[in-house]
Parts: sequence; structure tokens; C-alpha cells
Amino acid sequence: MKKNSKIFRQNLITYGMVIAAFIVVQILQSTGHLSSLFTGLLVPICVYVILAVSLNLVVGISGELSLGHAGFMCVGAFAGAFFTKCTQDTITMVPLRFALAVLIGAIAAAIFGILIGIPVLRLKGDYLAIVTLAFGEIIKNILNVFYIGRDSNGFHMSMKDQFSLGMEADGKMLLGGPQGITGIPKNSSFLAGIILILITLFIVLNLINSRDGRAIMAIRDNRIAATSIGINITKYKLMAFTISAALAGMAGTLYSHNLATLQASKFNFNTSILALVFVVLGGIGNIRGSIIAAVVLTALPEMLRGLSNLRMLIYAIVLIAMMLFNWAPAAIDWRSRLKERLKHSRANGKEAA
Amino acid sequence: MAMLEVNNLSISFGGLHAVDNFYMNIEKGQLYGMIGPNGAGKTTVFNLLTGVYKPDEGIIRLDGTDITGKSTIEINKAGIARTFQNIRLFKELSVLDNVKAGLHNHHTYSTLAGILRLPSYYKVEKEMDERAMEILKVFDLDGEAEYLAGNLPYGKQRKLEIARALATDPKLLLLDEPAAGMNPNETQELMDTIRFVRDHFDMTILLIEHDMKLVGGICEELTVLNFGQVLTQGKTSAVLSDPAVITAYLGE
Repeated sequence: MKKNSKIFRQNLITYGMVIAAFIVVQILQSTGHLSSLFTGLLVPICVYVILAVSLNLVVGISGELSLGHAGFMCVGAFAGAFFTKCTQDTITMVPLRFALAVLIGAIAAAIFGILIGIPVLRLKGDYLAIVTLAFGEIIKNILNVFYIGRDSNGFHMSMKDQFSLGMEADGKMLLGGPQGITGIPKNSSFLAGIILILITLFIVLNLINSRDGRAIMAIRDNRIAATSIGINITKYKLMAFTISAALAGMAGTLYSHNLATLQASKFNFNTSILALVFVVLGGIGNIRGSIIAAVVLTALPEMLRGLSNLRMLIYAIVLIAMMLFNWAPAAIDWRSRLKERLKHSRANGKEAA
Repeated sequence: MAMLEVNNLSISFGGLHAVDNFYMNIEKGQLYGMIGPNGAGKTTVFNLLTGVYKPDEGIIRLDGTDITGKSTIEINKAGIARTFQNIRLFKELSVLDNVKAGLHNHHTYSTLAGILRLPSYYKVEKEMDERAMEILKVFDLDGEAEYLAGNLPYGKQRKLEIARALATDPKLLLLDEPAAGMNPNETQELMDTIRFVRDHFDMTILLIEHDMKLVGGICEELTVLNFGQVLTQGKTSAVLSDPAVITAYLGE
């Protein structure tokens, strides 16, 4: 059908945009035009793109405000890094190990998504936002007190301190409470990040344009009408929440393998809000917008480092400008007129030809 | 056997007997009306029939099966679909997708098939598109299939809501004030549509309405509700000329 092909084209543009960005960066890198600062930013940008797209699934598509997304990212980061630390000596093929770590990070986050989603998704609106915020903090704080070590006798776990693990002399700390996980191999790369972004887009875009996505959006638009036509609200809300959590977990694993030391305190409220800022400024429900917002707003503060004092000022101005461009009625009007004119000139061009 | 049998249906909210000892029999293929002054409990009866509220007492049978106290989803699957007094469309979805959402439980494929775009996805989506367009054509909405539902004019939104309800393939269709807010021309058109739906889909229809022209024009039988109780029941012409009904509406 006509409509399907239109959606298909829109999705292709989104995929194409990501791949084009990858190629451009590769070319710049090989010709030596990329500063070390920007090179260091590549993986974090990928992480935040995935995080923003996954959060948009909950906020934009499912229509529920979640403020605890950093919590799922945290679970994924720790589960993935823990797996890598455990299997560092047994699985030597790095890409395979990393792929498994990502999978485990995603699954662990998905499990937390289900566990938290079941009680939390009974709430709506502000209440849901507050409870997800609390759960995000709880996850972070629990991981902060866990100590796990391994010696020749197997695993040891404690919630008190390092010494109460009672390990043999050959013991190795895997998870050290507030110190987190140290010595994670740097397996993340820009290529891995791009592949994970494409996987995320594939899952999210295909989900949206399927029977399940329609049910999720129907519930968002009108709960009562959705039940009246036989759509199971709990099932589809939980589905969106869980898939979103799994993708955030994937982002977390990518993030943790880009750092030597992983601490739970990184995944605080600010990270959740940052993800929400990407979603809101990129346009709620607009996947491509989330990607652009995540890239611009992650790169910008670093790019502006040279301006020192003016940095936050410019950042704020950009935020306001993006907000106006996306949401102000005058801007929306102007954009639609521009689109109309472009369409017109293209049609004229065709006629002339 | 009657399509819908309701006996001794009651529900109270606190001390208020919103619906008290309500009864009704609707035969297959009938166009049945429910009228009554504001606050008489008409919409509450709809909410009881569709499982939004669980009755305190009473029994509801649809085509012989007991559906009393079942959930809204189960009742929809059993074959009751409804529209709402204040239109409840999926405003941010296209007109086509609104109807396709109604087909949700009839044309299925797994989540995995949807994400991985397995062959079953394309096959079922195609079926859904065809079926949805068929239904839209009945309501003369096929030209607007790509529009957002929220952008349709009021009268067409009402029609789309009926179309979505029909997509769930019900045995009994409940319409809650379908003519509310319509001008006389639109009401006339709606009456034709309702009759057409009954004949074309072989549907049994129960509707709540205040517009006496519509009720008198298309309903074969009526139930009059007053203060949560059945005031009178029977053939439309007899009911409408009943002095008790006129008193209930206009006062002494």
C-alpha cells in the first residue's frame, strides 16, 4: 500500500542517516581531520542515541513519563561488565565476548524492566514518573553496596565490605561496592556503537509499525477505548516498558565497555533527565528527532569547551532554540509552509522536465 | 432465543441505586433503543453490559452464554462492541489504523514476526488493510484513510467510532448517543447509516439517544429508564405515546 511504502521510505532515511554519519566519521578519521576530543566522544554519542531512542519508546510511543531510565542503563552496564570480567580468560574472542555481554546486559535490564513494570505500570502520569524515578535511584544504591569476588572456591558475595567476603589469597574483586567494577577491557568501538544503534532502530521502528505498536499507541491515545476493542492494556504497556529497558541496558553495556572503571553513581537522576531532554527536544514520538537531539546535545558541551565561561550559556540558548523550532506554533507553521513550497517547486520542476 | 437477555441487573454507588432491577430482551437483528431523562442510568447500563462495572446483582446473557462480571476484554471477545457518548478515538493514529486497531484480536501475528518482518507480518497486515478499507468504504471514509483521526470533522469521527467497533466483529453493537452534537442533516444521514449497518453486517444494535426523531425513526422497540429503573418497555410507537413516559421527560 501507499502508506506502507511511505513509512518504509521514512525509515530508510533514518537508517541512511546513521550509516552516512558513520561513513563521514570514518573518512574524517582516516584523513586525520578528527580531533582526539571528538574521537573520544564517538562512543558516548552512540550510547546516548540508543538511550534516547529507547526512552522515546516509553515516553513518545507508550505515552508514559519515565524518569528512571538511567537505572536500566545501570543494570545493563553492570551486568555486561560483570560478564566480561568473569569470562575475560575463558572467552578470548573479543567481538564474540562483547556481543554476549551486550546480550546479557539487555536481558538483565529487561528482567528489571518486567519486575519494576508490573507494579509501577498500574500508575499513570506524574505518579508513574515519581515511582520510576525512585526505582532508578534504588537500583543505583543497591549496586553501590554489593561486593562480589571470586577465588579458587568460587564466587563470594557480601553487602558489608570487601573483607567480609573472606576470599583466599588468589581472590579477585569483581564488584567493589562504591568503587564499582574496575579494569574493564575497552571493547566498545564506534563501529559497535553504530551497529547497536541500527539494531535499536530496527527493533523500535518495526515495533511501532506493527500490530503491537498500534496497540501501544492506541492505549496511549485512549485507554478506555482500547480496552473496549479488546486490547490488553497491561500486556502492551509492559511490552513497551520492557523492550525500552532492554535497549537502555544495551546502551549501558556499550557505555561500561568504554570506561576502565564503572561506578553506579554515574547513573544518577541527571542521566535520566538528560535522556528525557533528548526525547523532548527531539520531539516526543519522533525517533529521528531523538537521534539528532542526542548527537547535538552530547557533542555541543564538549565542542564549546574552548569558550569556557560562555559554554553553559550557549548550551542553554541552543536548548531554547531547539524547543522553539520543534514546538512553537509559529515555527511549526513555517516548517509546514516550507515543506509545501519544496513540494511545489519539485512538482513544477517535474512539469518543466 | 434472544441475542441479549438481561435480568434483575442492579448496581449501587454508595447509597445510590444507579441501576435497579433492570431487565431487557433483545432479539437478533433488532434495532433497540434506550431512552430516559439525564442521569437515569442509561450509560451505567452500557458500562455494566461491557464489563466496565461489575453488577451487584443480576445476570447478562449474550447469545445464550453468561457474560456477567467478565472483563471488558473478554466481553468484547464474546461479541459486544460499543461507542462512547464523548467520542473516544485514537486521535494520533490514522483513520485506517483506528480500524486496524479494532481488528487487533482477529488478525494476529507474534511480536517477533512484527519486529523481524517475517512473512506472516506482510500477509496479515495485507489482510488487515483490505478488511479495514472494506469497513471504511461502508462508512464512506475510505478517502480519508490516511488522515489523522483527530483531524476528521465531528460527524465523521462519530462514524469512524462505529467503524472501529464493527471491526471487532461483534454480535451486538452498543451506540451511546450517536447523534449527540449533530445537525438535522447529519442525524438523517446517521439514521440511514445505522439501518445500513444493521442490514449489511446483520447486526443487532442497542442505542441510547435523546433525539426523539432518530429514536422514533429507526428503533423498533424501546426501554425507558427513569431513576435507574425500567419505566416501560415495548413497541416504539406505544412507548412514545405512553403518558408515564411523557411525564418522566416533561414533568407533571
